[in-house]
Amino acid sequence: MKTKMAVVSHRKGNMISKPADAVINIILMLLSLICILPCILVFIISITDEAVIIKNGYSFFPEKFAVLAYEYLLKPEGGIFRAYMVTIFVTVFGTCLSLIVVSMLAYALYRTDFKYRRVISFLVFFTMLFSGGMVPWYLVCTQILHLKNTIWALILPMVMSSWNVILMRTFFSSMIPMALIDAAKIDGCSEIRTWWSIVLPLAKPAMGTIALFTALQYWNDWYLPLMLIDDKKLYNLQYLLQKIQLNITMMASLASQSGGKLDTEIHALPSEGIRMAMCIFVIGPIVLAYPFFQRYLVKGITIGSVKG
Amino acid sequence: MDSKSDKRIRTRRKVRDFKKNLPLLGMALPGMVFLFLFSYLPMGGIVLAFKNLTFGRKTFFENFMKSDWVGLKNFQYLFSSPDCLLIIRNTLLYNLAFIILGTCLSIFIAIALNELLSKRLSKFYQNVILLPYFLSWVVFSYLFYAFLSIDHGILNRSILPLFGTQPIAWYSEPKYWPGFIVFANLLKYTGYNSVVYLAALTGIDQELYEVAALDGAGKWDQIRHITIPLLMNVVIIMTIFSIGRIFSSDFGLFYQLPMQSGQLIGVTNTIDTYVYRGLINNGDFAISTATGMMQSVVGFGLVLITNAVVRKIDKEKAMF
Repeated sequence: MKTKMAVVSHRKGNMISKPADAVINIILMLLSLICILPCILVFIISITDEAVIIKNGYSFFPEKFAVLAYEYLLKPEGGIFRAYMVTIFVTVFGTCLSLIVVSMLAYALYRTDFKYRRVISFLVFFTMLFSGGMVPWYLVCTQILHLKNTIWALILPMVMSSWNVILMRTFFSSMIPMALIDAAKIDGCSEIRTWWSIVLPLAKPAMGTIALFTALQYWNDWYLPLMLIDDKKLYNLQYLLQKIQLNITMMASLASQSGGKLDTEIHALPSEGIRMAMCIFVIGPIVLAYPFFQRYLVKGITIGSVKG
Repeated sequence: MDSKSDKRIRTRRKVRDFKKNLPLLGMALPGMVFLFLFSYLPMGGIVLAFKNLTFGRKTFFENFMKSDWVGLKNFQYLFSSPDCLLIIRNTLLYNLAFIILGTCLSIFIAIALNELLSKRLSKFYQNVILLPYFLSWVVFSYLFYAFLSIDHGILNRSILPLFGTQPIAWYSEPKYWPGFIVFANLLKYTGYNSVVYLAALTGIDQELYEVAALDGAGKWDQIRHITIPLLMNVVIIMTIFSIGRIFSSDFGLFYQLPMQSGQLIGVTNTIDTYVYRGLINNGDFAISTATGMMQSVVGFGLVLITNAVVRKIDKEKAMF
């Protein structure tokens, strides 16, 4: 008790001065502002009146607000509904599938008495060092697996993650004693059952962290649709967002080349506010969920870095 | 006779082992199938770099097998094209800038977060700075567009007029983009790296600081002589691994952020975007595969070398 007090008092005397603390606070506050101001700006644009945008440009303090963009997007014919469903389905289904596949493999590799442990560990690890590259991957997906323009194209290529397997195996070996597995075996528990009802419940925090990262990966994915999807029905949110951005810029550059102002055709496209509102639909769930999950996210990063 | 029974025993043991391990093998199987399909099968496709892939036969397998071997012609073509030097230069220089600036900034932030008097504020800053890491490059392209848009952007409409400067067509002026690209990369990854360094900092034995304070060392001396040297271990290893990846670039950063503006290609084309454009825009499988293979092989070599270096420094920290 006494030593503890002594340590505390030492630490008190061993801290930075108040002015230094103030300076650091100001710097960190500025850096934090740089990180969130763009998101805030996009949000404000999304609720700015369209005429005001055309007149004054984007602004942090617009003259007039409007929620028309959201009303338009939330309409069933707004075009975003389908993409939202695709993103949600892919995120939920993909994350579940990935967790099952990854944790089963990690469980097998965690078992020191598994005979093929070394070979399989190497095979998993090697893919992190060497890859065939984009073109052969593309050919396998399109020519052999025929994933092009199917919903599976958005799910299957990201199910397996060597990094997550190794991370989870590390979790298992540090948290679950082998004696427990042996005991289950003596009681006649099958491997699948041991994995499902003993290992997974014990590894809940680890599973949660990895589930979060996997879900974010699916939610944020635009690469797979860029490579493998042409069918508009299968666009996910991110890809739809990208497509709309590019179409507007293409239109704008065409208009400026021909010397004309924005013509009628451009008015038919989603306007400024609507595009930014769509962006908010993509960022929104992440930002809203973030305060509740950041603890797990930070933990995931920290543990990943320890066993790099 | 003797060897025959030996053999039989050995096969029997093998079969028994296999049977014993069958449940675990079955559990590993789904993951291995995915790994085979999406990682190992493409590795086999690398031979395409030495072929001229043509289509039109019945199955893809036939196309693959019966396409002509062209030896090193694809590589000759790649190395003689002026793009080759440009994409390698861009990839290397950007990565170098990311490593140097990113490391310095994240170390600074990690130390600042660690020294802050209010732990609650420290957590708050850490979370805010980490947030951009979880946004995609498509979202980033929107965030940047809000500032850089020619007609409506904050820079052209609110900031440049303050200085009486004419509006700038940001998306067609290459000279600004190296700065934007580096800034975007720092914005996205600094939070992540700071968290990694902060974890290393909290692992430092507090007694070291107490002893130093007793000896009359000020906070600044402590940071210089205790924090930074102890952090260097992690920094060196992280840096070496980044150097191992110096030949690959973040496709999204270079593809999404400049919104594929043709005028910016000189400063935004990297090995990865070059391979993608070759594949999708030109359908040029051979050159793209050759470029990809060059990237994979050089990258693999670099990882092996850097890992060997890490092993020399600290055996524990090596990947393998």
